[in-house]
Amino acid sequence: MTTNKYETVVGLEVHVELHTNSKIFCGCSTEFGAPANSHTCPVCLGHPGVLPVLNRQAVEYAMKASMALNCQVADISKFDRKNYFYPDSPKAYQISQYDQPIGEHGYIDIEVNGETKRIGITRVHLEEDAGKLTHIDGGYASLVDFNRVGTPLIEIVSEPDIRTPEEAKAYLEKLRSIMLYCDVSDVKMEEGSMRCDANISLRPYGQEQFGIRAELKNMNSLRNVVRGLEYEQIRQAEILDAGGEVVQETRRYDDASGKTFSMRGKEEAHDYRYFPDPDLVKIHISQEWKDAVHASIPELPDSRKARYTAEYELSSYDAEVITSSIVLADLFEESLKYTKDAKGAANWIMGDLLGYLNQNNKELSEVALTGQGLGEMLELLAKGTINGKIAKTVFKTMLETGKLPQQIVEEQGLVQISDEGALLAIVDAVIERNPQSVEDYRAGKEKAIGFLVGQLMKETKGKANPALVNKLLVDRLQL
Amino acid sequence: MSPFELSLQEVGAKLRSKELSVTELVDASYKRIAQTDDTIKAFITLNEQEARKQAGELDQKLASSEAQGALFGLPAGIKDNIVTEGLLTTCASQFLNNYNPIYDATVTRKLRDAGTVTIGKLNMDEFAMGGSNENSSFYATRNPWNSEYVPGGSSGGSAAAVAAGQVYFSLGSDTGGSIRQPAAYCGIVGLKPTYGLVSRFGLVAFASSLDQIGPLTKNVEDAAHVLQAIAGYDASDTTSANVAIPNYSEALTGDVKGLRIAVPKEYLGEGIDPRVKEAVMNALKTYESLGATWEEVSLPHTEYAIATYYLLASSEASSNLARFDGVRYGVRADNPENLIDLYRKSRSQGFGPEVKRRIMLGTYALSSGYYDAYYLKAQKVRTLIKQDFDQVFEKYDLVIGPTAPTTAFRIGEQVGDPLTMYLNDICTIPVSLAGIPAISIPCGQADGLPIGMQIIGKAFDESTVLRAAHAFEANTEFHKQRPTL
Repeated sequence: MTTNKYETVVGLEVHVELHTNSKIFCGCSTEFGAPANSHTCPVCLGHPGVLPVLNRQAVEYAMKASMALNCQVADISKFDRKNYFYPDSPKAYQISQYDQPIGEHGYIDIEVNGETKRIGITRVHLEEDAGKLTHIDGGYASLVDFNRVGTPLIEIVSEPDIRTPEEAKAYLEKLRSIMLYCDVSDVKMEEGSMRCDANISLRPYGQEQFGIRAELKNMNSLRNVVRGLEYEQIRQAEILDAGGEVVQETRRYDDASGKTFSMRGKEEAHDYRYFPDPDLVKIHISQEWKDAVHASIPELPDSRKARYTAEYELSSYDAEVITSSIVLADLFEESLKYTKDAKGAANWIMGDLLGYLNQNNKELSEVALTGQGLGEMLELLAKGTINGKIAKTVFKTMLETGKLPQQIVEEQGLVQISDEGALLAIVDAVIERNPQSVEDYRAGKEKAIGFLVGQLMKETKGKANPALVNKLLVDRLQL
Repeated sequence: MSPFELSLQEVGAKLRSKELSVTELVDASYKRIAQTDDTIKAFITLNEQEARKQAGELDQKLASSEAQGALFGLPAGIKDNIVTEGLLTTCASQFLNNYNPIYDATVTRKLRDAGTVTIGKLNMDEFAMGGSNENSSFYATRNPWNSEYVPGGSSGGSAAAVAAGQVYFSLGSDTGGSIRQPAAYCGIVGLKPTYGLVSRFGLVAFASSLDQIGPLTKNVEDAAHVLQAIAGYDASDTTSANVAIPNYSEALTGDVKGLRIAVPKEYLGEGIDPRVKEAVMNALKTYESLGATWEEVSLPHTEYAIATYYLLASSEASSNLARFDGVRYGVRADNPENLIDLYRKSRSQGFGPEVKRRIMLGTYALSSGYYDAYYLKAQKVRTLIKQDFDQVFEKYDLVIGPTAPTTAFRIGEQVGDPLTMYLNDICTIPVSLAGIPAISIPCGQADGLPIGMQIIGKAFDESTVLRAAHAFEANTEFHKQRPTL
């Protein structure tokens, strides 16, 4: 394949909606899904004479996100106007940040194929979202909904450090995870609270200079980002192979065909005529303010991962998966307040929990399991009160009801049978009913004992202590 | 005699003693407008029905003998770029000839709280761009002293309405001289406060870093009281200053002894009408006689002020006026072929020539490749101009000069010559760029047209500006002269 000749260079521009209660420059609600234009006022509608008033919470969220992305937070930041005409922009300019963003010079570490790679973050800046246009079929009119206008956004611009679509995906997943840890956004790509544009170019391996890039837009899921980049890798490689030159342009990703299409070329690029917004004073960010915001950031995934592998001896992979989501990581840590079996907790999370979520297409927030439940269940296992098979039932019940294991065990009579006398009677009954298996075993077919154990577990509805059952069976059969 | 010739104290006393009612004040206003506005054309929209209703309510309030403030019951005119909920606000532009605001400006609300009655909305140069009111897209306001002459601008309607006795006072806005210059041309008092003293919330922006709302009145005492009512921090305008507001009328002591006055030679040099210069020199003699001292100083960057102003103000305007696109409010052009055509047609039809000129100038100055040479450079010069004043104010309390180089000019005289028109603002623009307060008060006449003197103060030192203006007024008769209409 032609792409093997070329190295891919990708830089991502990611917009993240900050989930403040009110908009960035007025008091209107940012609630999603309200009737069109119901969350508007003269300010966000851009009426003549109105002035913006900056939402402090939005600045703090942007600071928090910047810090979590290892950025330096500015001492003085300011807003600029980005001028362009479009009906989704009621003032015909977007209040954004040009040369003094909230955060700069950061990075995040991603893991791809077991290797850690550092991706630079150029900047994190704060800006307002635009309205939403709906084009009526036939093209005779468009409808504008200004509810979204003024929703605070941060734009996170990466360095061109990404080399493959997989790395882009890992970067976005990591970014999403960090935003969730910071609790500044819902970061749902499908709902538009996280949006990604990609700059992609190719260059022959060994060449230092970047190739001519295309900017990809409209990739509204992780999968589409990967598909869009993959398509573009091939498209650009084919152009280069044919001795052609890639056109610097903006291209739109089309979900239906998986292809990208030219939107506008360099010569049609906007001159946004940025200049400092005279309606807003500069933001002075004191060290005290920075310290207070910094203190509100929880321990981040990388740090937790290092701790999980060192303290709890989890595998790097397990630690990566568990720390990828703050909800999962918090569940894990909560369970360890009730048990010392960290590996057990990790195994149940990695196996039964994630399996259940996958199978039922559910989010962790949709199940009732608590860290306490998981921890206490592991303790019941350790004490032999329940066996592994019972635990599966208990776990499933916890997922569905949120009840604690002790209660589940009592309600459903799930205590493991470890009473020798009681078990012996059942062992004898099973032996008597299965003469063929007994004969097989005695003839040297040791596997036959498995069948007998299975019968016994069936008889006891899985509650028999498996180790004890094995011992009793062997004893009896050897008689 | 018109009740508008009564002092604030006299109006207040008569209202309390029931010799006068708010309804009568409002009647007097509309009566005078009916007599004179066919000639003067100060108003764009009258608020008669609502004003009379409001007057009735205020009279009832008065009957219940609640204590009332200094401005209670006064008929006021408001420049048509200050939004008034439910009352057309056109900015004297065809683009907004149907724009009915859905909210009140902060100053509008404050005046209502003070009990004034909004008589109507006053004519101006379109979007406050101009110095003669000839750029109104409806009709040009006339100077009450001679209807062949301009009233100045852009707050020409605000100045003419007060000078013609149509309202007790008015509000204007000043970006590069738009309160002071028409006040000078019409022989009244006009005050541009320090940038940030009065909220801009609800003032349709021309140049956001320069725009300030201020009073136009018959005398300095009225200006002090109106300023008192509208000044102060506003959480809706983050560029408004969070400073303590002094009692301005208490500053009107009449005492200017020991006051140190600087007179910039640049304001009295080439291009200044000798009669204007003479009037200002006579005024300085009056100050001397009252115990103040004056010396000539230099504000060396004055010559760059006009170029600086037209770059910065136009740059901001090009962005501020981009929202007028015919999509959500204002007039939309008919039969557009597509979106771009809708913008192009609406803006081509909606804006007048001076507005278009400044939008183009500002768009150019902000364009990639030109930004550093124009906008950024102008910002640097603005800092130098501000520093000129800072240095002078280290040694002096006030700066005094003419408000405008000449008296009012004839209607049509400068229409074809925008550069000459821009030069009329040579004395007021540096003050706007520095963001400091200045008042224009009458100090003489030439050929039956008033001459204005500008008194400039330190940032947020309106008190000293008003004190000096008031002391001059107390010792001269210029402010008592009225046009015959």
